[in-house]
Amino acid sequence: MGGWKNYHTPATVEEAIDVLHGYDGRARVIGGGTDLLVETRRGLRRPYEAMVDVSRIAGLNTISQTDDGIVIGCGVTHTEIVNDERIMRHGQCLAESCSVIGGPQVRNVGTLAGNVAHALPAGDGTIGLLALRGEVEIAGASGRRWVPAKDTFIGPGKSVIDRHREVLTRMRFEPAGNGEGSAFHRVMRPQGLCLPIISMAARLKIDGGSITAASISMGPVGPVPWFAEPAAKALVGGPPSQERFEKAVAIVLANVTLRTSKYRATEEYRSAMIRTYLPLILAAAAERAGAAR
Amino acid sequence: MAIELTINGQAVSLDVEPDMPLLWAIRDLAGLTGTKFGCGKALCGACNVHLDGQVMRSCAIPVSAAAGRKVTTIEGLAADGNHPVQVAWRELNVAQCGYCQSGQIMSAVALLERNPNPSDDDIDAAMSGNICRCGTYTRIRQAIHKAAEDRS
Repeated sequence: MGGWKNYHTPATVEEAIDVLHGYDGRARVIGGGTDLLVETRRGLRRPYEAMVDVSRIAGLNTISQTDDGIVIGCGVTHTEIVNDERIMRHGQCLAESCSVIGGPQVRNVGTLAGNVAHALPAGDGTIGLLALRGEVEIAGASGRRWVPAKDTFIGPGKSVIDRHREVLTRMRFEPAGNGEGSAFHRVMRPQGLCLPIISMAARLKIDGGSITAASISMGPVGPVPWFAEPAAKALVGGPPSQERFEKAVAIVLANVTLRTSKYRATEEYRSAMIRTYLPLILAAAAERAGAAR
Repeated sequence: MAIELTINGQAVSLDVEPDMPLLWAIRDLAGLTGTKFGCGKALCGACNVHLDGQVMRSCAIPVSAAAGRKVTTIEGLAADGNHPVQVAWRELNVAQCGYCQSGQIMSAVALLERNPNPSDDDIDAAMSGNICRCGTYTRIRQAIHKAAEDRS
């Protein structure tokens, strides 16, 4: 069938790395596999000798709150994230972004780690994690390292994570403190089944009526999911007003490359959706920040 | 290669290509044809089965990932075909062409196991991954309410 010959389900990270290295580049990491199997069957991928399933590694299918923040293991599915109260409280935009991926049956299988490692320009869960300034832990033969999620994307479907030799083991983000809130929205055609026309997320911290920290993420607006740093910076130092939000929109539009795609949307439409929805997302994040105080 | 799994309560060993979708194994090797091939791209829901109690797309799960796990297909809901959801489906004549209905029923059963008394919104959210080209959605919703009532 041109997919793979062997399938491994390692119980530990060390075992996963060992197995991967045993194949010396001829094996690939698989999470929930909801994209991978479909792409393989459509002939979009070269065959691999083996798949290494990291969705059942002991200790990595849980969400926990530690001194390092909210930590999500690579086996955690979108459904588990959506249903988790801690994520709802501390990273609402992530729960919202995971809730629109695929349909319920895909969310029961697909993992956030797979979404991030796949590095697609509009991965919804990825956009949610980015706005939370999320980090990912990459495990390889030389050990483990934490990297900001935004620094892992190098092109459409291309990641600094070597998916033939390394495993994205965990993700983490700082829990929302006082005066912090986040929100996500995606524009798409039929509910539940389409790739997004545009997805956006934002996290705001408000202190004394003034924005003191902000982050914005979105996609697809270029080859990689975009952490919109310049636009977020422009929000800081003043009240969460429509005027301020529109300033951020202008910076976003000056920095993105929107594409017209035959099946999804025109450049003009995507741009109009950013103008319409980004202020609404920022207002929602600001309102939640107020409520969290 | 041989893969051991449990299908509808029975331990089976299937001789499979490891990259075979679970759906192929269920239909062609286990001979259970109640589960349907719809789109093959995890979009339509016709192939839904339960894996360890959770509803999933069997077209997009490698059979290797199901090794050692419990699969329930439409045939496994009730030996006599009288699971409360199936009964409600028949009484309200939900199906038109019927092709998507096995997947619809598997989603509905999973919903009711999690939420025995779902609202219209709960039903719409849980069933959003299932497409019916005949447009039987309103009857599906009625049947889920009916099954919920009949069970309580």
